[in-house]
Amino acid sequence: MTTRYTKDHEWIRLEGDVATIGISDYAQSQLGDVVFVDLPAPGKKVDAGAEVAVVESVKAASEVYAPASGEVVEGNQAIVDDPALVNRAAQTEGWFVKLKLSNKAELDALMDQAAYEAYLKTL
Amino acid sequence: MLNRQGRPTTPHAAANSAVTGTITGNRGLQMEEALIFEIGEEGRTGVDLPDAPKVKDRLGGLKRQGKIGLPGLSEPQVVRHFVRLSQKNYSIDAGLYPLGSCTMKHNPRLNEKMARLPGLGDIHPLQPASTVQGALELIDQLAGWLKTLTGMPAVAMSPAAGAHGELCGLMAIRAALKARGDVRKRILAPESAHGTNPATAALCGYTVDPIPATAEGRVDLDALQAKLGPDVAAIMLTNPNTCGLFERDIKKVADMVHAAGAFFYCDGANFNAIVGKVRPGDLGIDAMHINLHKTFSTPHGGGGPGSGPVVLSDALKDFVPVPYVVHDSNGYRLVESGDAKSFGRMKAFNGQMGMFIRALAYMMSHGADGLKRVAEDSVLSANYVMASLKDVMTPSFEGPCMHEALFDDRFLKDTGVTTLDFAKAMIDEGYHPMTVYFPLVVHGAMLIEPTESESKDSVDAFVSTLRGLAEKAKQGDQVEWFQGAPRLTPRRRLDETRAARAPVLRWKPGSNGAPIDKAAAE
Amino acid sequence: MRYLGLTEADRGEMLNTIGAGGIDALFKDVPAGALNPQLDLPPHQGELEVERAFAAMAKKNVSPMEVPFFLGAGAYRHHIPASVDHLIQRSEFLTSYTPYQPEISQGTLQYLFEFQTQVSMITGMEVANASMYDGATSAAEAVLMAQRITKRSKAVLSGGLHPHYRDTVATLMDQTDQPHVAAPVDLAGNEDLATLIDEQTACVVVQNPNVFGHLRDLSGLAKACQAKGALLIVAVTEITSLGLVTPPGAMGADIVVAEGQSIGVPLSFGGPYVGLFATREKYVRQMPGRLCGETVDQDGRRGFVLTLSAREQHIRREKATSNICTNSGLCALAFTIHMSLLGEAGLTRLAEINHGKAVQLAEKLSQMKGVAIVPQAFYNEFAITLPKPAADVVEKLVEKKILGGVPASRLFPGDKSLANVLLIAVTETNTEGDMDKLAAALKEVL
Repeated sequence: MTTRYTKDHEWIRLEGDVATIGISDYAQSQLGDVVFVDLPAPGKKVDAGAEVAVVESVKAASEVYAPASGEVVEGNQAIVDDPALVNRAAQTEGWFVKLKLSNKAELDALMDQAAYEAYLKTL
Repeated sequence: MLNRQGRPTTPHAAANSAVTGTITGNRGLQMEEALIFEIGEEGRTGVDLPDAPKVKDRLGGLKRQGKIGLPGLSEPQVVRHFVRLSQKNYSIDAGLYPLGSCTMKHNPRLNEKMARLPGLGDIHPLQPASTVQGALELIDQLAGWLKTLTGMPAVAMSPAAGAHGELCGLMAIRAALKARGDVRKRILAPESAHGTNPATAALCGYTVDPIPATAEGRVDLDALQAKLGPDVAAIMLTNPNTCGLFERDIKKVADMVHAAGAFFYCDGANFNAIVGKVRPGDLGIDAMHINLHKTFSTPHGGGGPGSGPVVLSDALKDFVPVPYVVHDSNGYRLVESGDAKSFGRMKAFNGQMGMFIRALAYMMSHGADGLKRVAEDSVLSANYVMASLKDVMTPSFEGPCMHEALFDDRFLKDTGVTTLDFAKAMIDEGYHPMTVYFPLVVHGAMLIEPTESESKDSVDAFVSTLRGLAEKAKQGDQVEWFQGAPRLTPRRRLDETRAARAPVLRWKPGSNGAPIDKAAAE
Repeated sequence: MRYLGLTEADRGEMLNTIGAGGIDALFKDVPAGALNPQLDLPPHQGELEVERAFAAMAKKNVSPMEVPFFLGAGAYRHHIPASVDHLIQRSEFLTSYTPYQPEISQGTLQYLFEFQTQVSMITGMEVANASMYDGATSAAEAVLMAQRITKRSKAVLSGGLHPHYRDTVATLMDQTDQPHVAAPVDLAGNEDLATLIDEQTACVVVQNPNVFGHLRDLSGLAKACQAKGALLIVAVTEITSLGLVTPPGAMGADIVVAEGQSIGVPLSFGGPYVGLFATREKYVRQMPGRLCGETVDQDGRRGFVLTLSAREQHIRREKATSNICTNSGLCALAFTIHMSLLGEAGLTRLAEINHGKAVQLAEKLSQMKGVAIVPQAFYNEFAITLPKPAADVVEKLVEKKILGGVPASRLFPGDKSLANVLLIAVTETNTEGDMDKLAAALKEVL
């Protein structure tokens, strides 16, 4: 159950067939106070790299891209009700969507924790 | 709640008085003022109207049931309310307003007087042409000035603002492409462009492809060449650009764009720097909007109304929106329909006439000689600001600049003070901050546009204030002081996160009177 | 030159500080040959000369103050209280910019919050924005918003929609080749738009009262829209009507767009006006334009800020809900002040007077031979049919120093069925004498 990362600062964690997706702690700190999230309806199919959600802070808005292809199983109602949860717990309770992956092999192309940390140092 | 004079105090008087130490929450001339809905009461009105004619209504059973909920106020109550509100605003009339890219110049009151003349301010847009010959002549005259100043053969007068002008320009370009059977899907725009450029392009169904800038803050010609192709409809380029620099390769840009069969849209937001001094028509552009509320002094009015006529090249001049004015042996008339090449209509009626009047009054007051001096003095002042601050602040690019000077936050490095803090500290010193965090291409941008309206003394005082603040920031131990600014304003920094997380966008009955304490706010 | 602050000595000193040899050294990036063109324009002039030039142009127009005046069709002559124009000319309102720095813009922000509240109240909607350019552009933006919400593309436009609104919507939709269906011109006021709504329909745009004056109950249409998942957009061109008429919100409108000119804003030959835009709370993040919201400052005091900015072009760029940047701030202020002066009692009375006078004139005209009043139910404007072309009649009335209305042919050029139709508006500014003069003159020219 390792966490992997994209260059756009999404994280993804696989449990069985279903992966949980969110934005990294670095991403939430760059955005500032999150004020709104827009999540997809369950059943929506997305390709890797396609927009799956939107996150807004006071002064910025950003798309959240799917790190891997699959079908949306669930959106996190808790961050819709309390967007600040994304700031408080970006990589735990502040997750965005659960995705039933269509090709788990796509995860191999993503960064692991160490690689992501090294990547952040280059920014 | 009411005070002894019968005038309502603010519903949050408790919180306010705790801050000011006064009973009322007022601070001398800074008066607290409740919402109009909290002041008004039923049974009062600020107008005297006669009784309505006694007739049987013909509303077809659609007479409104129940009350609207509007408050009742006397005229003195309304006047006092809005005067008190006005006292919470900064304005050009009160001080230097160096908001880069916005051209906050003096707004002559002669313009206002002319816009209110009987026969100009009160005429109806659909009066027969024979009864509005003077109005049509006025539009035609203004069009003439705009064409001469830009060296362009045509101008579309109806766009209501700069962004609306951009839309007009792209619509004309699309119509011209369509007329030659060409469908193109891509618009090129520099990363430093105003947000309206990509937003307008998207509105017209184009994808927006950013062009990077060179280290000198100008369009990268190699990158541009690489991006040009048969699917590019146009380039949207601001000149002078948003970094305050003249695009010195602009003619080359025009040639490259035209060679690719595309059009050159110029964002004219910064026309003030070159009015009377350089004609965009000599630079190869095809369309450019002119913000009458910037270059030609029609008042910004707290955010509009604006006006954004678009000058057009020979290649585009047939593809204009309706209506437009023509002049023949029978006098002036409006063409409102029947032009097969026109791409359609952008708004109701005939354009922002009230703004046309003001802009023309400004132009006639300046004349060709005065307008040229406008450009020169605005550029001179901006360069003077840059020269006077370059040792304490960090200009982003090598000068000379045009009518605005761009700095970034390198001079604040390691001080803990941000561009925002620096801007807020200016407020306590009696200045409206410059434009901050725009353009996006430099870090912590501060874009200063002093305009030609300021005297040298005024610019000197401004410069010395900024020098003082820059030196204070560099002391290193002043972070808290900066972060706490402003302190002397009607309100201190506002909680924008709270406003966006749980939006309260209107007053509702019963929502007044609930004091908001600081603890609840956090 | 009276508006310029630098003396020749100042300019010399400043050039010295900069280290430039002359002013043109600062323009060194301008391509050779493009600097300092000869301009065939007159030199600067004093106030007196400029005033003379404008007075001469103004004199060539017929002011509605001089003659009986019955024009409407989307722009209306109303009395504006003196304090409105005085207050909007206060420096702090007139010469400030968009409230980007809320600490020193609370005046603008608070009146925008009050404006949003007033617009919500009179339209019967939950939220309103801080204004658009005008009613027609509001309508076009509403269609785009409905497309975003429904994820459908087609717009159905009523045959009673003001042609300028219809064309503004169509022009914008044409840019992206979006389908729009304009229903046939509805002079009779009995169109049934429900039959045009299908599964691809994003919205229906209908005007009430419509361009011919018909006042209709739109609740049935609202239900028909709802059944098919389309949104109902109601346009109101005469905003004072809402002092007397059931508001669109109460009829089930999803978005209300309106021209606010009638409250506080002079006719000014067609602009600047103020577009109103109101909707349901659940759609707020899909709205175009600026929004002002309530919050607190660092000390816990109530204050106002521009909010939900992440919808807007300066942040969202090509993904923004609209490209709008400037709104119609000062006209929105005029609206807010005038509406505050009117209050509940004043707005209601004003609307009653407008309607009452229109009914009086309709009765007068309906007794004339060859004249028929078109709408059964109307507010302060109605179409009449004449025995001869309305445009000719209007010209003849001009000769008699009467501005007698708007010929429908001006708005629907080429539509022969409307050649004899004249649109007549009556407001509180019309006296009984005006109405008698119009009736008498009509009798002569018909």
